[in-house]
Amino acid sequence: MDKAHRHEELEEEAAKPFGLMGYFLTPGELMHACEKLKNAGYKNFDAQTPFPVHGLEKAMGLPPSKMPWIVLAAGTTGLLSAIALTWFVSIDYPLVISGKPSFSYQAYIPIMFELTVLFSAFGAFFGMWGMNRLPMFYHPSMKHPSFPRATDDAFFVTVEAKDPKYDASKTRKLLEELGAREIVEVTE
Amino acid sequence: MSQAAAMTAGRATGGKAKTDDARKLPKDVGDTLTKAGMGLAVVGVAAAGAGYAMDAKRFAFSYLIGFLFVATIALGGLFFVLVQHLARAGWSVAARRQMEWLAGLLPAVAVLAIPIFLWAHDLYHPWMGPQAATDPILQKKAGYLNPSFFYGRSAFYLVVWVALGLYFMRNSRAQDESGDLKLTEKMQTASAPAMILFALTTTFAAFDWVMSLDPHWYSTIFGVYVFAGCATSSLSVLALITVQLQQRGYFRKVSTVEHRHDIGKLLFGFIVFFAYIGFSQFLLIWYADIPEETIWYHHRWDDAGWAKVSLAIFFGHFLIPFLLLLSRHAKRHGMVLSLGAVIMLVMHYVDLYWLVMPTFDHHFHFSVVDICGLLGPLGIAAFLVARQAAQGPLYPLRDPRLAETVKVDNP
Repeated sequence: MDKAHRHEELEEEAAKPFGLMGYFLTPGELMHACEKLKNAGYKNFDAQTPFPVHGLEKAMGLPPSKMPWIVLAAGTTGLLSAIALTWFVSIDYPLVISGKPSFSYQAYIPIMFELTVLFSAFGAFFGMWGMNRLPMFYHPSMKHPSFPRATDDAFFVTVEAKDPKYDASKTRKLLEELGAREIVEVTE
Repeated sequence: MSQAAAMTAGRATGGKAKTDDARKLPKDVGDTLTKAGMGLAVVGVAAAGAGYAMDAKRFAFSYLIGFLFVATIALGGLFFVLVQHLARAGWSVAARRQMEWLAGLLPAVAVLAIPIFLWAHDLYHPWMGPQAATDPILQKKAGYLNPSFFYGRSAFYLVVWVALGLYFMRNSRAQDESGDLKLTEKMQTASAPAMILFALTTTFAAFDWVMSLDPHWYSTIFGVYVFAGCATSSLSVLALITVQLQQRGYFRKVSTVEHRHDIGKLLFGFIVFFAYIGFSQFLLIWYADIPEETIWYHHRWDDAGWAKVSLAIFFGHFLIPFLLLLSRHAKRHGMVLSLGAVIMLVMHYVDLYWLVMPTFDHHFHFSVVDICGLLGPLGIAAFLVARQAAQGPLYPLRDPRLAETVKVDNP
């Protein structure tokens, strides 16, 4: 494989489109655009805003979060771990304390409670990182020239190329109709 | 309000209201409700009379439980109103009027307390009776636990509660008419000192009326334990009333599934709070294992019947409603939330029964007299709540945060 050919191939790979990006100047316009995209049948689109916009997940039609199940599983694991821990330490290394029976569960309820809470918190914290695929040091949206404004005054919407309804010209037209500014096709 | 939320609200209320003035109950419904309440009150008072005739001594204890059942619900309503003003909460405006109805029971609570004072020498015999004079422990407590100070303190609690209940109910109703924003400011300013008064009076009332039944025993967390019951019972009543008004379409778009969810979250939180406080009291006494402290639990555990009641409180007042209301879907579902609320109300009665009755009856047996003691205060309370519901608007009509409460959303 000669050098020029290889370079070409790399460039072709790099030029694969990630999606179309544009932005709005108010949360209301973004909300409206997301509802229209949802109604037009788009599934893989995302919004980036300078602050949390309440109700946006409903406008985008996002499914309910799976976090509660992760937290429930983690909390149950914590409870069972605490029961196992207190059971085995009191059987393996029995100590008579103020004449109480070996496995005095009453005294261990705070441990069971605390481990349930601790594991639930871990589940919520690390579950959030995992589901958001964090830490993420690069994302294609950063290629949009005005993307820094997503932390300031611009409400971005990105329609991803992997969406089955994605069509570079039709999607661009839809975004234009919705009033998006500076519509750019970013690459991966 | 987002479109989705508006649609949910529309579904929840269904627009079935039969009157143009959707802010009030229709007149025929209000009349039926008042008549039903009146019927319950008559039945309750008759039952109370019959109970007293059957067994006057036991009835005093049964009545104390029934009185506490109504008083704790009313105090929980007052607490809710105070805390929402204190936090300047927006979401709860659609739920506040129902809690004002409960706080509006406090004048009746003051009247219902009179029999307790008439029967005090029976109820609080261990420290009011003549043997207290020779009891060294009670002699040391006599500076606090003596009849005249007891009556004085009790009167003080009741005066404070009546004043607070009427103040917050009347100002809120006055705002319905005038829309004056200053009334909101007034109530917010008053809510902070009112909360301190509420906390102290409720704690000491629990000490005086319940804990002193067993005058040798003491627990500093006891007032908080009774308060936890105030919160769960009043939120359960709020949940039941809210679901009924929503399902019958009287709330239109003011109170929605989102409010139901928020009430469910608070109820769920206080279920856990109750268990936390109840266990905190138990753990310290169990661990220290000092006879004068453990005797209280022995009275509730050594008898097989009382042991079953103790277990019923663990399962029915904590574990079952905890698992039932854990999920978001359960709290948003009117029937599931109502089921949780009914369980909590029944268990609140069982809990009060468990606090009071073992001092009278070392062997558990449930008597029809106990039902009579509950029905009297409960019937009167049901009538008074029904009358308030029939006469006034269903939510604070001109509260400055009304627009905020309509937009409440739980993402």
